[in-house]
Amino acid sequence: MAAHLSYGRVNLNILREAARKELREFLDKCAGSKAIVWDEYLTGPFGLIAQYSLLKEHEVEKMFTLKGGRVPPADVKNIIFFVRPRLELMDIIAENVISEEKLPAPREAHILFVPRRSLLCEQRLKEQGVLNSFTNIDEYILDLIPYDGDLLSMESESAFRECYLENDQTSLFHTAKGLMTLQALYGTIPQIFGKGECARHVANMMLRMKREFAGSQNQILPVFDTLLLLDRNVDLLTPLATQLTYEVLSCDSDQCVQNGFKFAQKKPGEGGKDLPTEPKKLQLNSAEELYAEIRDKNFNAVGAALSKKAKIISAAFEERHNAKTVGEIKNFVSQLPHMQAARSSLANHTSVAELIKDITTSESFFDNLTVEQEFMTGVDTDKINTYIEDCIAQKDPLIKILRLVCMQSVCNNGLKQKVLDYYKREILQTYGYEHILTLNNLEKVGLLKPQTTTRNNYPTIRKTLKLWMEDANEQNPNDISYVYSGYAPLSVRLTQVLARPGWRSIEEVLKMLPGPHFEERQQLPSGLHKKRQQGENRTTLVFFLGGVTYAEIAALRFLSQMEDGGTEYIIATTKLINGTSWVKSLMDRPEAQIL
Amino acid sequence: MAFVTANWNPLGDAFYRKVELYEMGWSLKDGLRECLVAAAPYGGPIALLKEPQRRSPSARPQLEIYSSSGVTMASFVWKSGVVKQLGWTVCDDLLCIQEDGTILIYDLFGNFKRHFSMGNEVGQSQVLEAKVFHSPYGTGVAIVTGASRFTLATNIDDLKLRRLPEVPGLQGAPPCWAVLTQDRQSKVLVANGADIFILDNAVCTPVNPPGLSPQATSIVHMCVSFSYKYLALFTDSGHVWMGSTDLKEKLSEVDTKVRNTPKQMAWCRRPKSREPSVVIMWDRHLLVVGVCKDTIPYHLDDDSVLVPELDGVRIVNGTHHELLQEVPAACEEIFKIASMAPGALLLEALKEYEKESQKADEYLREIKEQNLLGEAVRQCVEAAGHEQEAETQKTLLRAASFGKCFLSNFSPEPQVCMCRDLRVLNAVRDYTVGIPLTHMQFRQMTVRVLIDRLVYRKLYPLAIEICRYLKTPEYQGVSRVLKHWACCKVQQKEEADENIARAISLKLGEAAGISYSEIATKAYECGRTELAIKLLEFEPRSGEQVPLLLKIKRSQLALSKAIESGDTDLVYTVVTYLKNEMNRGDFFMTLRNQPVALSLYRQLTEEEMRLLRFQRRLEEEKGECLLGFSLHDTISTLLSLGLHKHAEQLYKEFRVPDKRYWWLKLTALAEKEDWEELEKFAKSKKSPIGYLPFVEVCVKRQNKYEAKKYVSKVTLDQKVKAHLSVGDLEGAADAAIERRNEGEIGAVLSRCSPATDRALVERLNRAKATAAKK
Repeated sequence: MAAHLSYGRVNLNILREAARKELREFLDKCAGSKAIVWDEYLTGPFGLIAQYSLLKEHEVEKMFTLKGGRVPPADVKNIIFFVRPRLELMDIIAENVISEEKLPAPREAHILFVPRRSLLCEQRLKEQGVLNSFTNIDEYILDLIPYDGDLLSMESESAFRECYLENDQTSLFHTAKGLMTLQALYGTIPQIFGKGECARHVANMMLRMKREFAGSQNQILPVFDTLLLLDRNVDLLTPLATQLTYEVLSCDSDQCVQNGFKFAQKKPGEGGKDLPTEPKKLQLNSAEELYAEIRDKNFNAVGAALSKKAKIISAAFEERHNAKTVGEIKNFVSQLPHMQAARSSLANHTSVAELIKDITTSESFFDNLTVEQEFMTGVDTDKINTYIEDCIAQKDPLIKILRLVCMQSVCNNGLKQKVLDYYKREILQTYGYEHILTLNNLEKVGLLKPQTTTRNNYPTIRKTLKLWMEDANEQNPNDISYVYSGYAPLSVRLTQVLARPGWRSIEEVLKMLPGPHFEERQQLPSGLHKKRQQGENRTTLVFFLGGVTYAEIAALRFLSQMEDGGTEYIIATTKLINGTSWVKSLMDRPEAQIL
Repeated sequence: MAFVTANWNPLGDAFYRKVELYEMGWSLKDGLRECLVAAAPYGGPIALLKEPQRRSPSARPQLEIYSSSGVTMASFVWKSGVVKQLGWTVCDDLLCIQEDGTILIYDLFGNFKRHFSMGNEVGQSQVLEAKVFHSPYGTGVAIVTGASRFTLATNIDDLKLRRLPEVPGLQGAPPCWAVLTQDRQSKVLVANGADIFILDNAVCTPVNPPGLSPQATSIVHMCVSFSYKYLALFTDSGHVWMGSTDLKEKLSEVDTKVRNTPKQMAWCRRPKSREPSVVIMWDRHLLVVGVCKDTIPYHLDDDSVLVPELDGVRIVNGTHHELLQEVPAACEEIFKIASMAPGALLLEALKEYEKESQKADEYLREIKEQNLLGEAVRQCVEAAGHEQEAETQKTLLRAASFGKCFLSNFSPEPQVCMCRDLRVLNAVRDYTVGIPLTHMQFRQMTVRVLIDRLVYRKLYPLAIEICRYLKTPEYQGVSRVLKHWACCKVQQKEEADENIARAISLKLGEAAGISYSEIATKAYECGRTELAIKLLEFEPRSGEQVPLLLKIKRSQLALSKAIESGDTDLVYTVVTYLKNEMNRGDFFMTLRNQPVALSLYRQLTEEEMRLLRFQRRLEEEKGECLLGFSLHDTISTLLSLGLHKHAEQLYKEFRVPDKRYWWLKLTALAEKEDWEELEKFAKSKKSPIGYLPFVEVCVKRQNKYEAKKYVSKVTLDQKVKAHLSVGDLEGAADAAIERRNEGEIGAVLSRCSPATDRALVERLNRAKATAAKK
């Protein structure tokens, strides 16, 4: 059912199974039939852990969304609230429980806090006078959700905003806890590297928690050799850039839902008319062979890959003419289902690719990309940019403007006060003064800043880390820069340099990037020291605090696959992001502005 | 060795033996006479209360606590009420049940811990008799009052008193009674004359022991086995009836020919017992009565007490401590005279081998021929476990390893384990420790509990030694012992906080998984707040540390610890606590953190005010509702309404950059399709945004005619684009070729279709080739 999780170097299915086991145990604690009342936000992450069938096996008969008022009638013995520990949700639950208790035969109530129970929430329930109405109050530690064979996400929407803007480090605490869980299942990670304030904080908490758990020595042979913790604000540039891999483009378009892709399919209806049918949903992960093959390719290389695949498939179908003996025919027939699946998958991806092509070949896409690349190569980053001006004047979407202005600021190590003020005035006059808070937010997290020193160190960073490669080969990449057609994501370069030749070679640059860099070692019990086989790869867990983009994932996958790379990467993050969702998370809703 | 069987007595098909455990270390003037005695099972401590009935203040009774070997652990004058019964809890605490129904709890060292009552109604009628019993729920107490009513508490740590139903016709104390646990419920079995009743929570049920001898007119004594499975009744006719506690099955009935009421009676059996028996004690006489109807009489020199155990009965008197038990099968096989069991032969072989005699080989050969060498080794290992004498144990284990030499693929595990267990057992059986556990008891109670028992006795070094020797995981073993040590240490009132904290951190520093907060709680309970805070410094788990700090009112420290932990939930908890503690003003002062408004933002806010004022005026004058529109949208709306003057006013007042104003006006006019005004605008002065946007807005509105008007005005570098957008391929080609720009030529080429003029395409291709060479 989740085979795609166990293909990789590290079997992430263990994590999923552990999560499922815990869920089953909790459900069995509430004996009898039950209804689950969902905090809507949790349904997505839970879908990756357990399908409805699992819940059904454990007597879950109904599911509702958490709303004020009362839980809808259902003939069940138990009502279980699956919620995040948020105070506002506690009030809703209290309302539900109070009206439930007025019924002649109230159902038994339980709470499952995800990912952690909170004293504060329990206090709130107590104040509302309902704390004792619950038979079970439990926590379900769902920190890191396995997304794919090499990808874990905490799906914590606002982690970046909370950490860097609101100074709320809850998500970092959960990160540390999640890493402890991971170590409990996959062994202590002997080496920890990190860059950035949050990384330092997480590492400190991990070491602290290790002391707390001390005594219960972990006897598992370590699966991961190294953990690299990276703050998102060490590399603010990468998520701002337009991503160019197939996976991203197919997800950046509006129809993409959680890990799947919906698109309207047309099929010839009666009377020769084309009738739009139900939007079709594609589940996209590495379980789909073709998708696994093309998702990390630069979009310009996807067409070629698809047509090559088409040839292979039709050749395979042609085989039937060559099948002479009964044995050969039988062999052919046995492969049919697989081939048919491959053909339909190819058809789907070709449709998706066509949709994307319409976007990528448009002039505005091209112009935008040109400006981005100018910024990344350091062309005229210190002046007011005409393209941005024109875009504002034409009132293009605000997020696009913000992304570009921020990018210019980042690539220039801050904008001259005059330039910055000009952009701000333009934006506020055009989009409305309410966006003043958003601009303030961007400044607070460092995406937008006035230049404090005359020295712009971005070019130094760019040159030392080789962030710009003139001759990026999109078709047959030889460097990670292919993911952005020339720009190599800074975060991934840091990862790459760490593996070889080591960070000592780039001390100067590390000092220019925000936050401390550090190395910690965790003692392993004797006997668990790994004896590395000749030619055996190291496994590194890269944890992006504050989000990771698909392009970075693609670049890391590319590094894993490099023959002489010597390191395989597993990626973990607080949230999978793209430039738009990321900048959006930093915007303030105008209605929330009245204080 | 030769005398191993000297203390054996046959009983039915098996043997019984009485082994001396200790010569008692105490010196009691009158032995156990007129003493209330309680000895805990599993080789537990012994409590004595001499002359409990004595009440005069000048001569109060003495309460003494000893180890099983008679070493004094506590001794003090009893100053409370009259004690009816003593008993031990599973945690080695002493229960003193008083006549008035109050139960006082003391630890092993005679320190008072707490007290509770068995109910108010007991006060007047008084406790006549009491029993302490153990069940899976913990330690329980049952009493019978002067009103002939039973009250029962199943677990004294979770006290729930149950008053049991009345027993019909019972006056005063019953002749005999017992508590048993059946079907997860504690019940009382009580005899009244020849009748027996079972009392549970709700009802009193009369029962009839099947096949009870008709000569009996009353039941004078009863006892229940260690496992609560078997019952023995002693009748006034001198008969012992033995059966199951559910009274459905009779095992046997034996006439003892003694009609005196026994002083004490106990089942003597072991798991997988072959010949179980009941041990009956009178003043100077002890009788082992087997279910097989065989008996063994023993003479007693002194007042004694029987202590039933899992696998035998201990007999304690003023000078000695003995264990009476059925000889385990393995020992019998090996040591029985003329035994030919493989274990016996192996032992012989070893003896011959040690004498360097070739007979060793003969014995070995004999075992091996029967293919029983494995069995022989197993017997020797098992028998070693049942022996008390270290010499015997060693000989048997030597025999086992000797036999093992001739075996391949034989797991050494059982033997290694046995050696380890015996080392531990011999250590705790030592006179100074005085815990005479049998191997079977040890297995049943587990190492964990044994460590607890040692900790209760404050034998910390031995406990740690055993943990290390058995390689118990730290957090269950050494760390736990150290924690108890520290909890004990903080109670030493004479030592300074400083010293204690240092001593504790020194000793516990290296140990993993220590809960300092538990130690700190203990210190706090003893009124040593400062010490508690010092100890909390060592607590690594903030989840434990913070709530305790709040409890001892160190909220500031709690806050900083919570922040340090990174657990925001903890932080919020402290903050809410603070909020309730402090007054509002102080609270907000603590948390205040206002961002300072930046000057630009202040400026812009003023600007916004001006815009709002303008919008309101416009609404009043023109009736156009623009309130809330951005400046951009306001100007754009004004332009599309034709209110050019107003738009101009805003453009100047708000210093809108020329470029943006041009874009705005251009877009607004095109949207209105006011081509005339657009042309006028284009000619008004030189466009700051060039003329390509003019072309593009027209094309967007599908007006190529208007668009073409502006193409010629477009600057050179944008010309190709302009031509292309109005669909003029030729113009685009000319411009591109003129500029010799490879990219632009390519762009034009890509727009060519098969319908395009051949010559044009060729011209482009040629130009491209030349441009490429450049």
